[in-house]
Amino acid sequence: MTSPIIAIEAAGLAVGYPDESGAVAPVLQGVDLSVARGEFLTILGPSGCGKSTLLRAVADLLPPSSGKLSVLGGTAEQARRRRKVAFVFQDATLLPWRTVRQNVELPLKIGRGAIETPIETDAEEWLALVGLAGFADRYPNQLSGGQRQRVAIARALLCNPSILLLDEPFGALDEITRDRLNDELLAIWRRTGTTILFVTHSIMEAVYLGGRVMVLAAHPGRVQEILDLSAMKDADGRSAREAPEAIAAMVHLRGLLAAGASAS
Amino acid sequence: MNTLNKRRLGAVALPVFGAASILLIWQFLVPALGMPAYILPTPLAVAAKLVTDWRFLLENARPTIIESALGFLFGNAVAILLAIVFVHSRTIRGAYFPVVLVFNTIPILALAPIIILIFGLGMLPKVIIAAVICFFPTLVNMVRGLQLQSANEMELMRVLSANRVEVFLHLRLPRSVPLLFASLRIAATSCVIGAIVGEWIGSNQGLGALIIQSTFNYQSDRLFAAVFIASALGLIFYGLVAAVEHRFVRRPR
Ligand SMILES: Nc1ncnc2c1ncn2[C@@H]1O[C@H](COP(=O)(O)OP(=O)(O)OP(=O)(O)O)[C@@H](O)[C@H]1O
Ligand SMILES: [Mg+2]
Repeated sequence: MTSPIIAIEAAGLAVGYPDESGAVAPVLQGVDLSVARGEFLTILGPSGCGKSTLLRAVADLLPPSSGKLSVLGGTAEQARRRRKVAFVFQDATLLPWRTVRQNVELPLKIGRGAIETPIETDAEEWLALVGLAGFADRYPNQLSGGQRQRVAIARALLCNPSILLLDEPFGALDEITRDRLNDELLAIWRRTGTTILFVTHSIMEAVYLGGRVMVLAAHPGRVQEILDLSAMKDADGRSAREAPEAIAAMVHLRGLLAAGASAS
Repeated sequence: MNTLNKRRLGAVALPVFGAASILLIWQFLVPALGMPAYILPTPLAVAAKLVTDWRFLLENARPTIIESALGFLFGNAVAILLAIVFVHSRTIRGAYFPVVLVFNTIPILALAPIIILIFGLGMLPKVIIAAVICFFPTLVNMVRGLQLQSANEMELMRVLSANRVEVFLHLRLPRSVPLLFASLRIAATSCVIGAIVGEWIGSNQGLGALIIQSTFNYQSDRLFAAVFIASALGLIFYGLVAAVEHRFVRRPR
């Protein structure tokens, strides 16, 4: 179980939120999943099925209510405490009294005791990468929703994480910017070897980015299928968007999602 | 002249006009109604008193300034520290917050003699009364302000492995600043009230003592001059707090 090549391992995992009485009604149950180090896993599923909840469990923001979860060979808590996991939340969660630069540099200011090697990167560098080079001195409320999300991505990248959790990071972007950021993200992924879990509602994006696509179903939240796309990936980790096998995969995924939705 | 300048001029000119018109009516109505000057002086008589007696008035303002300023600092400092303790310990908060709430229902006028009785006639009891007045609004605002952080923001801190001190310095404290300054503005004027109330009860110097003595001696021009200075004091404190807020709180808006 403590294999050096496994980043995340879940067996019979159930997670949920405690109600007033403290009892946990599971949102997700029976999740069996094994993610290799350096893998790019995309996650699809109907709204409310538990995609964010799964990422929360990996980030140790929610304890498993039953089953096993190991992250980087230890518990999720150990990984979090060593700050190996970075999380780009569904809403950007920038601190409004800090400028864009100060927001990106937040990980340099806090939790320093947790990290083994000091971070020696510059906020500007990451801001340029997400296409916000001239925005360092603005405040979050002077940015669009998509720009805020990109600041949050720059903040996560600056942490140089072993596991990067992205919760619908490009949902608020136009297609062209989204395509460009998809390619940037793949480039970063190849360069750093980071393990990525990427939640999206776009089937196209899931197929384009993911080495595997995990489909979750709702009521109860569970893993419906994990689709392996590694055969169709080019050297850069992309799927050709118009290739027949990519289109076949998208059709298949659409069918799965429709079946999951009608079953609920 | 553009509209912005016009609006700015209006913001200053209109209240000045309003005040001037009232003073003018006062000035002519008082003698016209045959009101004796030892009961209600005219504004010009008060102004004359301010000019001729300025040294005497200032001497009496000095202890009031010191008492209210010390009370402001002391009361707010204790309130902030206690709020920090309250938001970090549920037990202490559960035990003492209700006590403080009940304590706050005692009117300051009822509390002041007790404080004077305990601490004597010096400056200290006045400082304490001023501090007590400042204390409560700041405590309540701070306890609320230090808990304004969202669940998302707490999750961000957790993912970044922040410890309690870091969560406090980088999240709770900056979130509480607007509410803190809201209560400091209130305290800026109420600390003067506290000092004056203390001087009423047990003092022979200070603006409060001057107000009482002038009332008993029918020196109404001196009474009004003292009241004017007390009000100016509150305004100056308020201006200082606003200036500090302006200097240190960058507001992106
Ligand atoms: N803090 C919470 N407390 C209680 N229940 C919650 C909480 N957050 C989410 N849930 C419930 O858990 C379920 C899964 O939520 P989750 O946010 O994981 O869905 P999701 O798949 O990310 O949906 P979306 O695509 O809309 O973001 C939902 O039914 C939701 O009502
Ligand atoms: Mg979600």
